[in-house]
Amino acid sequence: MPTEAAATPQLAHHFPSLEAQEHAARMGMWLFLATEILLFTVLFTAYAVYRFLFPTGFEDASKFAHVALGATNTVVLITSSLTVALAIYYARQGESKKTVALLAVTIAFGAAFLVLKGFEYHDHFVEGQLPGRYYHFEGLSGPGVSMYFTLYFLMTGLHGLHVVVGMGVLTWVAVRAARGDFSRSYSTPVELGGLYWHLVDLIWIFLFPLFYLL
Amino acid sequence: MNEINEFLRNLLFLPKQASEYARSIDHLHFFVFVSSMIGAWTVVATTLVFIVRYRRRRALQTTEHVDPKPIQEAVFVGVPLALFLAFFAIGYPQYVTLQTPPKDASDVYVMAKKWMWKFAYPGGPNSTDVLRVPVGRPIRLLLTSRDVIHSFFVPALRLKQDVLPGRYTQTWFQASEPGRYPIFCAEYCGLGHSAMLGELVVMPAGEFDSWMEQQRRTNHAAAQDEQPIASEDVDFRGNLLEQGRRVAVVQGCFKCHSVDGSQHVGPTWLDLYNRKVKLEDGRSVVADEAYLTRSMMEPNAEIVAGYKPVMPTFQGKLSAPEAAAIVEFIKSLRTDAATPEPQKGPIYVPVSGK
Amino acid sequence: MTYNSPNYLNAEKGLRSWFLTLDHKRIAVMYLVLVVAAFALGGFFAMLIRLELLTPGPTIMDAMTYNRMFTLHGVIMIFLFMIPAIPSIFGNFLLPLMLGAEDVAFPRINLFTVYLYLIGAAIAVWGMIQGGTDTGWTFYTPYSTTTVTTVAPVLLGAFILGMGSVLTGLNFIVTIHTLRAPGLTWMRLPLFVWAMYATSVIQVLATPVLGMTLLLVAVEKAFGFGIFDPARGGDPILFQHLFWFYSHPAVYIMVLPAMAVVSEVVQAFARKNIFGYKAVAFSSLGIAFVGFFVWGHHLFTSGQSTFASGIFGVLSMFVGIFTAIKVFNWTATLYKGAIHVAAPFVYFLGFLYFLMFGGLTGIALSTVSLDVHWQDTYFVVAHFHFIMVGATIMAFLAGLHYWWPKMFGRMYSERWALAAAVLVILGFNATFIPQFLLGNMGMPRRYYSYPEQFWSLNVASTAGASLLAFGFLIVLAYLVVSLVNGRVAGPNPWGSRGYEWNTPSPPSVLNFPETPTITRSAHDYQDALEGEVTHAH
Repeated sequence: MPTEAAATPQLAHHFPSLEAQEHAARMGMWLFLATEILLFTVLFTAYAVYRFLFPTGFEDASKFAHVALGATNTVVLITSSLTVALAIYYARQGESKKTVALLAVTIAFGAAFLVLKGFEYHDHFVEGQLPGRYYHFEGLSGPGVSMYFTLYFLMTGLHGLHVVVGMGVLTWVAVRAARGDFSRSYSTPVELGGLYWHLVDLIWIFLFPLFYLL
Repeated sequence: MNEINEFLRNLLFLPKQASEYARSIDHLHFFVFVSSMIGAWTVVATTLVFIVRYRRRRALQTTEHVDPKPIQEAVFVGVPLALFLAFFAIGYPQYVTLQTPPKDASDVYVMAKKWMWKFAYPGGPNSTDVLRVPVGRPIRLLLTSRDVIHSFFVPALRLKQDVLPGRYTQTWFQASEPGRYPIFCAEYCGLGHSAMLGELVVMPAGEFDSWMEQQRRTNHAAAQDEQPIASEDVDFRGNLLEQGRRVAVVQGCFKCHSVDGSQHVGPTWLDLYNRKVKLEDGRSVVADEAYLTRSMMEPNAEIVAGYKPVMPTFQGKLSAPEAAAIVEFIKSLRTDAATPEPQKGPIYVPVSGK
Repeated sequence: MTYNSPNYLNAEKGLRSWFLTLDHKRIAVMYLVLVVAAFALGGFFAMLIRLELLTPGPTIMDAMTYNRMFTLHGVIMIFLFMIPAIPSIFGNFLLPLMLGAEDVAFPRINLFTVYLYLIGAAIAVWGMIQGGTDTGWTFYTPYSTTTVTTVAPVLLGAFILGMGSVLTGLNFIVTIHTLRAPGLTWMRLPLFVWAMYATSVIQVLATPVLGMTLLLVAVEKAFGFGIFDPARGGDPILFQHLFWFYSHPAVYIMVLPAMAVVSEVVQAFARKNIFGYKAVAFSSLGIAFVGFFVWGHHLFTSGQSTFASGIFGVLSMFVGIFTAIKVFNWTATLYKGAIHVAAPFVYFLGFLYFLMFGGLTGIALSTVSLDVHWQDTYFVVAHFHFIMVGATIMAFLAGLHYWWPKMFGRMYSERWALAAAVLVILGFNATFIPQFLLGNMGMPRRYYSYPEQFWSLNVASTAGASLLAFGFLIVLAYLVVSLVNGRVAGPNPWGSRGYEWNTPSPPSVLNFPETPTITRSAHDYQDALEGEVTHAH
């Protein structure tokens, strides 16, 4: 292995320089985020098709969404995006303690989001506002109503899964930060973890109006 | 012109053209085929000439650096594109024609289910697997499915339309040649997919009208979709065996059950009566009248070992005398008895030239 | 340049050194073994299908077994063979060598994809043992959500294989962007790299859509959420749109790598620079782009709007044009060349002709009205086998023979290779030309039994398939034999100018002793180079 690799332990042997390696990592992450968006695109397409087919069914069903909880969750996630952005900033400054603290706050916000989401799910379960053949809500029936809840559970469920994964990623980054892996010259993993968290936030920003407001 | 048409049709193994539309489709087919072949074989010949002319004469031979002129690439793009768009310019209007039934077309409702076709004429008779139409009149088909996606395919008409559950699709045709033509299911639909055969019978207009008139007179309940209707000139006053066989034909039993001992989707009926049958759950039962009737009404209650629970229930579709007739028919199927008339789907003779 | 590191095959010993390797070349060899095994399995099922169709009625199996067989054949050939074959084997092996790099950008992810492949294959195969799937590889709803067979494991397996495919594509894109050697400008990139780049773009952009769609089918089958169920307001045709949005571009995931391979092979055996470098390079990107907007040509008979069918039909013609450009440019490359007819070149010719005839039948299908007759018949079966077997497998074999000495340092027997190539090409024609005619006659696909008039052509097709299978077995035999007693190849047995030939055969662990500086294109044959190894005729 070339000598420069010994100088910077993070540099893999097949990259000419650390800049090139970080460039590659960042590019890989962006491409990965693109695939994540495309994963959700299928569901957004299904939403568009069924909303077009059943405009009134979707409108009626969305009245049973918990707007207050949804709005709170939106605020929670947007705030968490801010804290993760700050974590990246401090990581670049080499201030590991602040980075760890901010990542912990972000993870806590993620947990809060899931708890609130759990309350919502619970209410829907109790009321019988469930997908497909499980739908047995007395208060509302008609074409497309159960489809609204099918998509609601599929899309928010997949999003929730991404929140969980994002929390896992941030935990791992926080552990590394606490261990002192990052410095002024090397903080790419914090940045990439943060990018992923922003994506999770971004998807929610689309889900919220589609299911709660429209 | 007609000779060329027949020559190319036979060369390409195309079935007989049963409508003017089919003829026009084939003419596009011939144009596409001939022009594609000329183009492709020109390329093949060019490569062969190059291989001989520019064969390697010594190892590590160097070659002249050749770059294309823009005009050459433009030709590479322009010529095929012009040809392809010409194909499309002919083909697309034909497709539009097929998608727009004329206003004066008469309707036939087509209902597909695993694995049979049902045809219903408004105010007229129903029939299973046989679609009768008059020659020279436009017919619009309104198609829907009971279960999965099927596809209504008549090669002789160059016509195909997917049949979807939960909605109606449509297509139309105007047959110009009387005759009998096969109907296939073209969309994979499970075990009986390849047995989901039907027949299109194109009749002279007068004959069709009198057939229709006769059907209306003899079948009062004809408009009801679910009722199994004796469209195939079933004479219910005949003996019970014959009646059982007829009902079995109409209900499509032979799509899954053979009467000659050969294995198919379901167990064969030959020598079935009074045989000890091993079931999937390990029990064995004797195939008596009660068991045979139960198998028609609750087919999935007792599955014969080695078979799949795929048989639909005939509860409500068979009247008691009809079920009894089928049982009588099964009882008659014994290797030691006289062999009954062989039962097969419609058989089609290979097409040949005039 | 001096090489003081050992070759990659001998560098480390033991199975562990293979299973945990991060070397792109070893990963390529592992893929070679896995993918060839999958091909053998898929081919075995193909032979069983052909045997069943030898007679009009039941021949060797019942209808349920037959339906599982063609599903297995399709799933294995597409997800385990066609999609990974060329990118995972030749792409992995050659990209770094062609770019003058030591490895791909993310070696660990690269190894991870091998395990995704194994896990996905294992789950899918387990599902097949657990009763099998009888839906066909297209998983059309509502059949797939109501059938009595188990579908979920196969769907999950395909999803995991899809993830592997996404990661491979992602890895390649980043590698091509970040690890080019000094002097290797975009316009000097080997055409293999261009086509691999286009393939990777499709893999990254289309595969997630398929993954999600297949998961939705699994959810629907398991829980009955109603998303594709007409009884609950769901739309089965939506599935077809989502499915083909991936699966049509997936056809180009399968054929673009083939184009990548033959672009290299034709130049090496004609000793000639490619005619129209830019046209060939950019037409790959054109295919990748337009390929995303033609999926609706699978739905001409589904009841989709006439207008939509028109748009999809015209756009399909344009995809055809990009392929036509390539065919003409490859042909023109032979002009004023110095052509040596060896096995890879014979496979190149097979590829060129089959792609052309297969492509032209695709154009015929895009005329919309003809498709109405051919949709879901054997004509379509023959058409896509011309592209997938005819074009892609010929290219795969061309590449395998061309790079075999590079990968393993040994020459195969040229005489056996030529004989097998002729056999394979003849067998291929005998298998699939009768299927075109069957389609014209109107024989629908996925038929277990068929009326008598289709008999003779089916017999011809089965006979051809036997010939084809025999040809493949011969190829396998002499290639394996060559590993032991093949003539030692030397670094550049073909006298090729491709950058990958600037390494020893087999290449050393670190590819190059120092990062090479590129001063010429990979396709220049106008001047003699110093120190070229004499080519043995």
